[in-house]
Amino acid sequence: MYGWIWRHLPGGPPTRLLAALVLVAVAGAVLWYVVFPLLEPAVTLDEVTVRK
Amino acid sequence: MHNLSRVRALLRTCGELSITAGLVMMFFCAYLLWGTSAYTQRQQQLLQRQLAEEQGDATAHLGRIRLGNALALLRIPRLGDDYKYAVVEGVDAEHLKKGPGHYPGSALPGKIGNLVLSGHRTTYAAPFNRIDELRRGDEIIVDAREARYTYRVISQDVVEPDEVDILAPVPGKPDITPIRAMITLLTCHPEYSAAQRLIVYGVLKSTEQRKA
Repeated sequence: MYGWIWRHLPGGPPTRLLAALVLVAVAGAVLWYVVFPLLEPAVTLDEVTVRK
Repeated sequence: MHNLSRVRALLRTCGELSITAGLVMMFFCAYLLWGTSAYTQRQQQLLQRQLAEEQGDATAHLGRIRLGNALALLRIPRLGDDYKYAVVEGVDAEHLKKGPGHYPGSALPGKIGNLVLSGHRTTYAAPFNRIDELRRGDEIIVDAREARYTYRVISQDVVEPDEVDILAPVPGKPDITPIRAMITLLTCHPEYSAAQRLIVYGVLKSTEQRKA
């Protein structure tokens, strides 16, 4: 999978490395700011109320 | 030979996906522990400013505090001189994200009955992360608009999540009429788990009216 992505990135190794880092940063940002806030309410490791 | 290379490619993809999934999960844990705190800190700034503006304004306290608004400032010297959280009215998820929440209907600061505060232990700045370190006699200071109320810790307990009797005006004894002003701090236990609840009880020791 990563090999395939690497082969399809444009330019020489330096450009590809830069493009790969940008892709990782974008994926990380989407997870942190969009996906994780949506997932977080489903995680109940920090329930602090009592109820019947 | 051709078959073998296809199997290897498939296995490699599986491996890469698994490693990626693992990294994403670690990243999610980092988000839970630290990412959620950013939200709480922003909200705390707003709530603490709200409290500072209304400090000394006793009329602001009359009537019910609206859900999501700041009720009082909580200080616990044992957990550090800078330990300071604005208490929010309400204990729904949206309120607890902002800081320790006051059970609506439980006693107001300084009043006879049981002032119940719930707070996160691991996520959202984890205001109650270290309340297990509180010992008998430690101060829990509740700075309300009209006065400063100082409670002293009397005991600690671990209960099941359905033990709602601890919310009673006399904690654990729902049929008894209260004669003392109590405070109950509530968080999850053990840390990183929601299996049980950790409770710290305190009783009001002194009241210091705010100068007008």
